[in-house]
Amino acid sequence: MKRRHMLMGAALGLSTAIAGVPALAQDGTFKIGLILPMTGPFASTGRQIEAAARLYMAQHGDEAGGQKIELILKDDAGVADTTKRLAQELIVRDKVGALAGFGLTPLAMATAPLSTRGQTPTVVMAAATSSITEQSPFIVRTSYTTPQVTSKIAEWAASEGMTKVVTVVSDYGPGIDAEKTFVSTFGNAGGEVTDTLRVPLQNPDFSPFLQKVADAQPDAIFVFVPSGVGAQFMKQYVERGLDKSGIKLLADGGITDDDILNGMGDPALAAITGFHYSAAHDSAKNDEFVQAFQEATNGMRPNFMAVGGYDGMHLIYAALEETGGEGGEAMMDAMKGMSWESPRGPVSIDPETRDIVQNVYLRRVERQDDQLWNIEFQTFEAVKDPGKTGS
Amino acid sequence: MLTILIDGIAYGMLLFVMALGLAVTLGLMNFVNLAHGAFAMIGGYVTALAMNRLGVPFLLTLPFAFLIPALVGLVAERTLYVRMYRRSHLDHVLFSIALVFMSIAGADWLLGSSQMLITLPPWLQGRFEVLGVGIGRYRAFLIVVCAALVIVLQMVLAGTRFGARLRASVDDQRAARGLGINVNRIFALTFATGSGLAGLGGALGIEIMGLDPTFPLKILVYVLIVVTIGGTASLTGPFLAALIIGTADVAGKYYVPELGAFLIYLLMIVLLILRPQGLIAPAR
Amino acid sequence: MMTDTSLSPLLASPRPNERVSRDLLRRGRWKPAEFVFWLIVAASFFFLPDRHLLLSEIAILGLFALSLDLIIGYAGVVSLGHGAFFGLGAYVAGLTSIHLTGEPLTGLVLAALAAGLLGLATGPLLLLRASDLTRLMVTLGVAMLVLEGANQAAWLTGGADGLTGVMIDPLLGRFEFDLFGTTGYAYCLIVTFAFFLIARRVVTSPYGLSLRAIRDNPLRARSMGIPVGRRILGLYAFSALIAGAAGALLTQTTMFVSLDVLAFHRSADVLLILVLGGVGYLYGGLLGAIGFKLLQDWFSAITPQYWMFWMGLVLLVVVLIGRENLNALPRTLLARFRKEGRT
Repeated sequence: MKRRHMLMGAALGLSTAIAGVPALAQDGTFKIGLILPMTGPFASTGRQIEAAARLYMAQHGDEAGGQKIELILKDDAGVADTTKRLAQELIVRDKVGALAGFGLTPLAMATAPLSTRGQTPTVVMAAATSSITEQSPFIVRTSYTTPQVTSKIAEWAASEGMTKVVTVVSDYGPGIDAEKTFVSTFGNAGGEVTDTLRVPLQNPDFSPFLQKVADAQPDAIFVFVPSGVGAQFMKQYVERGLDKSGIKLLADGGITDDDILNGMGDPALAAITGFHYSAAHDSAKNDEFVQAFQEATNGMRPNFMAVGGYDGMHLIYAALEETGGEGGEAMMDAMKGMSWESPRGPVSIDPETRDIVQNVYLRRVERQDDQLWNIEFQTFEAVKDPGKTGS
Repeated sequence: MLTILIDGIAYGMLLFVMALGLAVTLGLMNFVNLAHGAFAMIGGYVTALAMNRLGVPFLLTLPFAFLIPALVGLVAERTLYVRMYRRSHLDHVLFSIALVFMSIAGADWLLGSSQMLITLPPWLQGRFEVLGVGIGRYRAFLIVVCAALVIVLQMVLAGTRFGARLRASVDDQRAARGLGINVNRIFALTFATGSGLAGLGGALGIEIMGLDPTFPLKILVYVLIVVTIGGTASLTGPFLAALIIGTADVAGKYYVPELGAFLIYLLMIVLLILRPQGLIAPAR
Repeated sequence: MMTDTSLSPLLASPRPNERVSRDLLRRGRWKPAEFVFWLIVAASFFFLPDRHLLLSEIAILGLFALSLDLIIGYAGVVSLGHGAFFGLGAYVAGLTSIHLTGEPLTGLVLAALAAGLLGLATGPLLLLRASDLTRLMVTLGVAMLVLEGANQAAWLTGGADGLTGVMIDPLLGRFEFDLFGTTGYAYCLIVTFAFFLIARRVVTSPYGLSLRAIRDNPLRARSMGIPVGRRILGLYAFSALIAGAAGALLTQTTMFVSLDVLAFHRSADVLLILVLGGVGYLYGGLLGAIGFKLLQDWFSAITPQYWMFWMGLVLLVVVLIGRENLNALPRTLLARFRKEGRT
């Protein structure tokens, strides 16, 4: 036992000494490790992002900054330790130049130390908890942050003269983030949050919580639930007649996820949502994006996940063009402050926080050409993440 | 208060319809069929696809949501399950989880990983008031349909020849064979019916629980809880258990939200400590 | 109805006919296949340097499955909640590194002890006169309660965001946990091997033999004067302890803990892996982990979307053919070959 131990120790020292710090592949290819939940309950997130990333490559070719781009897709099924292992393997075995994806907050959190150690630019395309970008100087985000959107919903609610609101959020990181932001922003604007309800994440039935809302009779409720269960929430909201009782339904746009909005039917018409992307956003860039996406995916409508993936790829391409692939640090420097026209509108990367700065839109669901769309009716321009700027 | 109770009962009824097939396979064939949720998923997709792609009215899809999973169940029983009856429980687990994996990936491949949604006909939407108590129409509908199912099943079990044979086979398989009962056929028919019921439950449950490829795993735990608490000796056990779990879950979340998800697991452990064999234990 | 004894036909190995002492000696002796197995495992360290991360995961999962094998294979008690111990171990190891010390062995020991204690505390629930299904669900219930507890105690565990800030000092003060996972793999291997040796010692001891008697027939064992309840409880706590150690290994090699470690799929996967590898001979969990993970890695590299289908198909084929037949395949082929050669 003892001898074996020493033997292993010796071998260990040897192999670490030889291998040293991972270097980028030198043969003119730039690999991007895309880690997404392709199976399990969050599989639809993965599908949207993958489709968007592949679309971007199909549109813009597989070369940037003189390097050939290669996309390596991995499935982490939404489990954090798997994400971490895959990221680590991508860094040391495949020698990827950048990591991307990350469907959920813990998945990004788990990977953050690796990004720092491997000096690997890491593009978060989905996870929305504010603190992610603080975990490593090599993380940059192209999705959105929960406080970014929620704070604007709260401001709007106060400006519309609502004074009494009940919040209903799923009991997990982003939900609690949203609850906190709403309570403080709405409170500062002179409103009052009379009750904060937290729904267990694994909860197939919202009825008891909606009953509480019905009993409290607020001006509005603010809702944050993961995108899949949003439809059930709204159906039960309407079933209970809450839409007719004068209680407004305010929500993070995940609830009217473009991916499934069309199947939700009329109950969706009740929702007023704030978000950073709608497939119905009125711009030439977006029309082109939506059309190309639907052609490439057999009619699937792109949602906020897709646009996060699309812009994430753009960011990597643009940074490569600028640096010619001089390594992680140079790429990060190039990304900071970069701005471009995204399908969602003008966006830029905040040089301080490496988080995305973008417009937040308030939308209503409307029926057009027999399809449901999120129609934007008010715009807050160039919103930073208030979770970090303190505003 | 009463609204909460009715919501809970409706939810419990739904659980019962889904769990019933599992209780029967477990009681009758001593087979741990974790793939039961897959049949519920098939039923759900039958209804959702028929409504969304073919425009069939909701009620008309329900018979198919029963028949198609039942047919699939029959085929699966004759070709696959029948080879497994004599194996150990652990092999059952491995076997049925393998089926779950395949059904999840299969559904994903055929229909995509997004949530599948349906729009109920207008007469099932909204709510009505009875004596000042607001009742969701769909929930009332669920209670009526499931109660009718329970009565029919009880009548079949208690009053028909098939029911008598089935009960005989459950009680003592060997003696039943000796009496000339074709136990294999009873197995197959019962399995098919159980699968069909699960499918019906899946179809009825889309509106409340949603439907996506991970559905078989999502409902597995709830269904197992119902069966374990209820015991497999009779219909009454799982029925009571489903109602208890349904109402406790809904009421618990309303009155003590802090306990949230704790409640049903606590309840299950306590009930199992009190009655390890299930609420209605087999008469032995 | 399901009873304890209904499991035994599969689990039972041939009854010992020789005198007990000789039998014990024979059982304790290492067979050539075992040497080969561990030699191959050790070789993997030197010859597959770029797969150390995956291999670490396999070693951890193998250790976890081994712990489950102790109670299923040797005490006949099925559990669908072993993830509770794994997860507790993972969190204790993480919290130790944040609040006490980053020294890995301390974290490992504390995690194992905490999990063992939880095993002792919840073990009595298993002694109910109950069916397999009841036990499955009670253990599952305990695991879900622990999961909810960890979710609620976000101030301590980080809740759904996960526990960040776990930093592990170099092993023995010398070997830093590197990006390639080399130190991590060596560490996992040594710990797994050490626990395997202890577990092997336990099950081949007279104590282990009494457990086997309990598994095969609890009633008879009781009438022979074996304290059935205490023995099962002891083994359950020991098994929980090992599961906790496996959890600690995961935390220390990944330096992160999330609620996933307690999730239902963790308990279900490990049961699946153990059944795949076969219960009741200690190697089942290890072989199952190797087979399952390698297949998964292979399939998901080919098709990240639909690997589950192929995985399911393989499991289905394995179970339909029957593990015993698969194991015996080389022998039957050889026998047939010989027979044909003769005629």
